[in-house]
Amino acid sequence: MTAKRRGVELTLLVGAVLISVLGYVDVGLARSGAVPPDAAAYGAGLGLLALLAHLAVRFRAPYADPLLLPIAVLLNGLGLVLIYRLDLETPDDHAAPTQLVWSTLGVAFFIAVVVLLRDHRTLQGYAYVSVAAALLLLLVPIFFPAVNGAKIWIRIGGFSFQPGEFAKILLAVFFAAYLAANRHALAYSGRRVWGVQLPTGRVLGPIVAIWLVSVGVLVLERDLGTSLLFFGLFVILLYVATGRTGWVAVGLLLASAGAFVVGGLEPHVHGRVEDWLHPFASIEAGRGPGQLAQSLFAFAAGGMLGTGLGLGESVLIGFAAKSDFILATAGEELGLAGLTAVFLLYALLVARGFGTGLALRDPFGRLLATGLSSIPALQVFVITGGVMGLIPLTGMAMPFLAQGGSSVVTNWIIVALLIRLSDSARAPEPRGAPPGAVLPVVEEVR
Amino acid sequence: MIRCIRHAAALCLLLLAALLVNAVRVQVFQAPELDRNPANRRVVMARYADPRGDIVVDGVPVTGSKDTRQPLRHERTYTDGPLYAPVTGLASQTYGTTLLENAEDPVLSGTSPMLAPFPFVHDLGRTRPAGGNVVTTVREPLQRLAYEGLAGRRGAVAAVEPSSGRILALVSSPSYDPGLLSGTGREVAAAWARLNAAPDQPMLNRALRQTYPPGSTFKIVTAAAALDAGVVTDVDAPTDAPEPYLLPGTRTVLPNEAKGCGNASLAYAIRWSCNTVMAHLGVRVGAAGMLDAVARFGFNDASLRVPSAVARSNFDTEMTLDRLALSAIGQYDTTATPLQMALVAAAVANGGEIAQPHLVDRTTTADGDTVAQHVRRTYRQAMLPPTALRLQQLMVSVVDGGSGSNAAIEGARVGGKTGTAQHGVGNTGTPYAWFIGWAQGPGTGRPAVAVAVVVEDASANREDVSGGGSAAPIARSVMEAALREEERRDAERLGAHRRAVAPPVR
Repeated sequence: MTAKRRGVELTLLVGAVLISVLGYVDVGLARSGAVPPDAAAYGAGLGLLALLAHLAVRFRAPYADPLLLPIAVLLNGLGLVLIYRLDLETPDDHAAPTQLVWSTLGVAFFIAVVVLLRDHRTLQGYAYVSVAAALLLLLVPIFFPAVNGAKIWIRIGGFSFQPGEFAKILLAVFFAAYLAANRHALAYSGRRVWGVQLPTGRVLGPIVAIWLVSVGVLVLERDLGTSLLFFGLFVILLYVATGRTGWVAVGLLLASAGAFVVGGLEPHVHGRVEDWLHPFASIEAGRGPGQLAQSLFAFAAGGMLGTGLGLGESVLIGFAAKSDFILATAGEELGLAGLTAVFLLYALLVARGFGTGLALRDPFGRLLATGLSSIPALQVFVITGGVMGLIPLTGMAMPFLAQGGSSVVTNWIIVALLIRLSDSARAPEPRGAPPGAVLPVVEEVR
Repeated sequence: MIRCIRHAAALCLLLLAALLVNAVRVQVFQAPELDRNPANRRVVMARYADPRGDIVVDGVPVTGSKDTRQPLRHERTYTDGPLYAPVTGLASQTYGTTLLENAEDPVLSGTSPMLAPFPFVHDLGRTRPAGGNVVTTVREPLQRLAYEGLAGRRGAVAAVEPSSGRILALVSSPSYDPGLLSGTGREVAAAWARLNAAPDQPMLNRALRQTYPPGSTFKIVTAAAALDAGVVTDVDAPTDAPEPYLLPGTRTVLPNEAKGCGNASLAYAIRWSCNTVMAHLGVRVGAAGMLDAVARFGFNDASLRVPSAVARSNFDTEMTLDRLALSAIGQYDTTATPLQMALVAAAVANGGEIAQPHLVDRTTTADGDTVAQHVRRTYRQAMLPPTALRLQQLMVSVVDGGSGSNAAIEGARVGGKTGTAQHGVGNTGTPYAWFIGWAQGPGTGRPAVAVAVVVEDASANREDVSGGGSAAPIARSVMEAALREEERRDAERLGAHRRAVAPPVR
């Protein structure tokens, strides 16, 4: 019988909560020489969330991968510490309490998914509901005013959220379901052109159309990061489903052409590209350092070991220091050492997700696990590459770390789905499929 | 499908690995260049992140730090700012640092490597040692009496301890409060503009940075040159100086303010300040001899630092004999800082040797551990010791019933020399009143203090301006304070000694 490893998970969770609380205490000691008065409450809150999530996993997904939940708790806790630390510099804007509320909501969703979704194959039946919901969510912000140049927000009352974040999961579910159902048709039907087997338009058409609509809408809304993410997700899943390297080549070609055209023509994007190529141009022009330059200064100030929590000056980045640029604070105050640890946490999360995909037997599950693992990987790459000058900057939230309610909730749902998938993958055979679920395809064709 | 998932996983992990490589590139290889970027405010923010160390006078800090909670967090504060401004200078976030704040900035700001006993520990933790303190040689009572003596008139006072070179007082008047310039913002800019535009030049450090024609006080230098060169061997013998004295090669007659200067002795000439005798002696010593002598006093030395830079005191290196004659009585192009003239008095008081003048006794860490201690050394041997002894007697006679009688202190041995320096086009400006002198307490082996006072005294009637009238009383109060201080310290030392040798009380 496969080991359940729930004790390991609990131990790691205790460690994750302790590290977060110590970070919180460290910020207080560095900034005012005193332990923050609410450190115990903060620790208890995070600990309670972790415990509830753990209990949900223990009773409803006992065979799940024991690393996923502790990584999520640690990243979320670290994000709260960094946001709390930046709150100290901006007395008019306290984001940490709100973020804690959203985190609680995220964990609630996590528990709901783990408890209510007994088998991931259920989702396969909701493929078209998912895509309809995703397109709706993507379209809605067009009717709301732009925030900082991007029309990706819905504001109702005091709350605002980014529907594009939730659309990620829905699209991943749809792509996985559609490709799982049609992968043979995609790979082996249609005409041959110049020795390349093309799929029939009837099979390929709908999915390309949906992808084009999503990306088109996002470009209209100037949400470049998410459009890049959807593009990458689509290409990866198409490749995994069909096994055709050609799709990757076509995808890269299209991406390059699209990037070239959009980067050259669209002024907002063109500005981002210019900033990326010349991060110090505004200094030379006498207008002081731009945001990217400030971000690079922060990373440089951190060096190998960092200045220590609370002792950096990353608040100089200004606008978006708690969201898009939160990694600069991690880089400055925790240094290359801390940044490496953060990257490793993401890499571990992604690797365990892919491992789940490899262990699963049904194509839908495999594709879903692949998609859900690719999302944080691509997202971390796009945002980190942006704030560190590797690629042009596109506004996006660092998974779990950055301020942003919809992002935190979405990432908790992703982790919940991975937990569910890994439970299926690691659970001992035989395991009865719930009624109504599509039967797993056991044999591997290629 | 398995193979493709592996490929996708490899791609994703490759992307994350690329981020790590990029982080190394930025945080390790590009970091030094980014840190140096002038638009990166971290350097200046780090500079003000911690309180600055203090400048200490008589065991009491005369500076402080105020936490503003602004990005440039700590601002300098000054207690008795105007009183100590010529010593401390200013430490401004907007306008930089001057004087001691500038010269000792590495210690005060905590960047001096000497403050960190284990630099590696600080490098590893990226912490900086707390700013250290600068302990000055200034004595609070002397500084205060000198400042109050000037009473807002334009002028300066410099007092040194002849045997050690310790600068006991350094006053410039009118002064300003450097605390007004500490921070940033509109008020600071306005104060800066106002102080710079003020006709009285309150930010000018007249004791160190302003040179004045020294007038008759310079006759001490000329007398030392004449005695050392053997031009005069007996101070009481007639000097063959004619009265009136026709400046060599001209038809200009040099007058005397004093009477009886014709063919007078050096002793008489110093006591009553005869222009003719001293000009005549200067010409007899000759240009080379005079240049040699003034250099031994520190004139024409632009490199003197105490550690604040001291302006160069001037004695022209090339001139005609008539100008040499004028220069020998402290006129023409001869100019001196008040500190330089205090050193002239100190040279006489200290047997001809000038100890290196200094303002900083020692620097310490924030905890008070000494980092660096001033080591006494000789600045110049200004004259031969017998010459110094003779000049001491002559200077005493100036105070004992001569032109400097206002400086006399009961029970003490006081030497002095007055001066009234002409200046301006055609000597039309209000003259500067000078006094230089030294004082020795009863029963002590050597003079405790040498002092120079200059009063610009623009508001006084020209006839009233004289070294004896305006400057000597200030010098006297400073010298009296120095003698009291010496007495007090001797008593303390004696008490400590008695305690040390006394048997323990049971």
